[in-house]
Amino acid sequence: MNRRPAWHVATVVESRPETTTARRLELEVPTWPGNDAGAHVDVRLTAPDGYQASRSYSLASSGDGTRVTLAVDEIPDGEVSPFLVHDLRVGDRIELHGPLGAFFVWRPSDDPAPVQLIAGGSGVVPLYAMAAAHARSGEATPLRLLYSVRSPGDVFFRPELEALADRGLPLDLVYTRTAPPGVSAPPGRLTAEGLRRAVFPAAQRPRVYVCGPTPFVEAVAGWLVDDGHDPAAVRTERFGGA
Amino acid sequence: MSFITRGFSGRRRERDPRLPPGQTLVADWPVLSAGPTPTVADDAWEFVIGTENDVHRWTRAELEALGVEDVTVDIHCVTHWTKLDMAWRGVSLDRVFAEVETAHRFAMVHSFGGYTTNVALDDLLGGKSWIAFEAEGAPLTAEHGGPARLLVPHLYFWKSAKWVQGLVTMPRDSPGFWEQNGYHPHGDPWREERYE
Ligand SMILES: Cc1cc2nc3c(=O)[nH]c(=O)nc-3n(C[C@H](O)[C@H](O)[C@H](O)COP(=O)(O)OP(=O)(O)OC[C@H]3O[C@@H](n4cnc5c(N)ncnc54)[C@H](O)[C@@H]3O)c2cc1C
Repeated sequence: MNRRPAWHVATVVESRPETTTARRLELEVPTWPGNDAGAHVDVRLTAPDGYQASRSYSLASSGDGTRVTLAVDEIPDGEVSPFLVHDLRVGDRIELHGPLGAFFVWRPSDDPAPVQLIAGGSGVVPLYAMAAAHARSGEATPLRLLYSVRSPGDVFFRPELEALADRGLPLDLVYTRTAPPGVSAPPGRLTAEGLRRAVFPAAQRPRVYVCGPTPFVEAVAGWLVDDGHDPAAVRTERFGGA
Repeated sequence: MSFITRGFSGRRRERDPRLPPGQTLVADWPVLSAGPTPTVADDAWEFVIGTENDVHRWTRAELEALGVEDVTVDIHCVTHWTKLDMAWRGVSLDRVFAEVETAHRFAMVHSFGGYTTNVALDDLLGGKSWIAFEAEGAPLTAEHGGPARLLVPHLYFWKSAKWVQGLVTMPRDSPGFWEQNGYHPHGDPWREERYE
């Protein structure tokens, strides 16, 4: 299948709150060629005077359909994310360029090594796509997700992740500020120790995908290498920001 | 095929003529890379050029003895950010290549950690690229490519390989890491050569 990146016109068919600060956008893209889990798009907006702004957003969806899903977290003083979160409505059209990112993707059966996904905040978007694609594929390769969020209200794709967990996805949630009742661990940032306890050990030679804000990715990738993970098996994607 | 996005006015009204199409100004310095940040010991670092004739090696001190320059340049990342007037300090590839003989017109740049990127010698020579050790008045931090990165400011920033280790000249162009993963072989920001 030809999945070379190209420009596409996307129409918003659904928009709903995702977390306390983020919105899920369902887009219909009639010319979409399909995409691997983990790919992203460039979204381009044009003002009446011709001014344009482009930002990258990961795809929460994968596969062959023409329906694609984004989840956008609002950066309060940002230019594009507040527009996507607050102003974009069902029926509006935006331009997408993609699918992009042939490196940060997971495809069924491309490797028998276990797969460790590690997300911080909105960095879960492409990793959720991988977890969902893995479940759909019925593949036996073990896969687990470690997901760091500030509080229970900040979990992206909560119902979908809980459904995947019910079907056997090992899901480790780390709450950095507020933990929900019933969680015994006090809230706090992920540590090297906590990471080591939750992920496939280096001896099992997992492939690791890390995605989130730069300091999160920087810290996690560094700890993984310190713990003996092969740097070549650790793929990272940084969403910018602090 | 662009059309107006309903309700979008844009907040960053700057249209600095130094901003290539599709780029947005940033004040901070975003970090991008495909994997963990390699740690490269300053004293173990050397720069290596392999050609069809020879292998050349320089320690950092030997390189700096060729002449260190201060340059102020604009940086354009393929992920749409641009940072204007960044101050860099490093050694021009012209000075390095003064000691190298090759009939090749292309190079594959290699970094610690396995990253590669292809650049034509015409894009490296003629005052167009440096091996940079400092940015904004301080040694390059590891996450920004320290101890040394290539600096090719007229191309998208993925060509400015972090943790640079050396380059191998090639008779024909051949894609490096991101270029094999869908990025444009050349990467001119003014022509928006982002993706292949
Ligand atoms: C490959 C890729 C995939 C991405 N996928 C997603 C995604 O699925 N969902 C999503 O919400 N975002 C995603 N991002 C981030 C997104 O591209 C934008 O950076 C983000 O929406 C902010 O854009 P803005 O125009 O609102 O802010 P800008 O106007 O660009 O920036 C405002 C300020 O906020 C800082 N900033 C930029 N990004 C962030 C951030 N993420 N967090 C905190 N501060 C920031 C900037 O440095 C700047 O100082 C992705 C980024 C990349 C590179």
